[in-house]
Amino acid sequence: MKELSLHILDIVENSINAGATEVEIQIVEDNKQNLMTITIIDNGKGMNEKMLEKVLDPFFTTRTTRKVGLGLPLFAQAAKMAGGDLKITSKIGLGTKVEATFIKNHIDLQPLGNMAETLVTLCALYPNVDFIYKHLVDDRSFVFDTKEIKERLKDVPINNPLVLGFIKDYVESNLKSILEV
Amino acid sequence: MGVIKSIEELEKIREQAKDLINLRKDNENKTRIVVGMGTCGISAGARQVLLAILDEIKKRNLTDVIVTETGCIGLCKFEPLIDVIKPGQPKVTYVNLDPDKARQIVAKHIVNNQIIEEWVIPNI
Repeated sequence: MKELSLHILDIVENSINAGATEVEIQIVEDNKQNLMTITIIDNGKGMNEKMLEKVLDPFFTTRTTRKVGLGLPLFAQAAKMAGGDLKITSKIGLGTKVEATFIKNHIDLQPLGNMAETLVTLCALYPNVDFIYKHLVDDRSFVFDTKEIKERLKDVPINNPLVLGFIKDYVESNLKSILEV
Repeated sequence: MGVIKSIEELEKIREQAKDLINLRKDNENKTRIVVGMGTCGISAGARQVLLAILDEIKKRNLTDVIVTETGCIGLCKFEPLIDVIKPGQPKVTYVNLDPDKARQIVAKHIVNNQIIEEWVIPNI
């Protein structure tokens, strides 16, 4: 994986494979504390403790639990390389929360990459799942919620090509405004 | 810095989009494009391939194409890969793609019905 937004796409695919109907992606960048936190919370079927122990082991998971695969170990590696860590909490029937931390100015921190493209990909492939994206940079923030988009769209589907084009521009321009000051 | 888009602009998009058919509204007479979006696919560049396909569909105003995804199918070293399934025809699997190849597949295979044999992997 070349950028964190691809890891995020991959982890959200796990959530959807676990039957999630709503996935929240939070990115918090705190320049004072030199810390970035990426959190993915879903309302999928969750995992028991035995499974939780296994999901970070790439060799155990590759075939038998194929839906989990290498995604989480790679994301954990990206966090650890940048001086951070990855934590997973999960409850059967309630959902799963994946939280990765990164030292912001660490030399091995992967670039965040294009979150607009990750969100467009998710909206195109999973029009029936709701996504909430919250991005905080110090005291500035941007929130994208597909429920709000769908409400405004009424009968037009979110994966309509024109709508996807709007989402890309909308997320890109708003992110730019909180990232560059 | 460019202009920050407002969510209010969605109203205009909605008006334009109303006439266009749902990309995913399934039926048997539609062509399906299945993009491999497992960890292997994503790390090899599947997101860019998917976005190129969606962009080409939008530009050409194709309404009879459905784009979906699949997880890892065990051909990780051939990623990014896609299946093209035209109604009444066998599945064609294209491998080692990039956005440019993906656009050509839409133009040649989806629109003009010409399979690009050199990118096809046989017998899966």
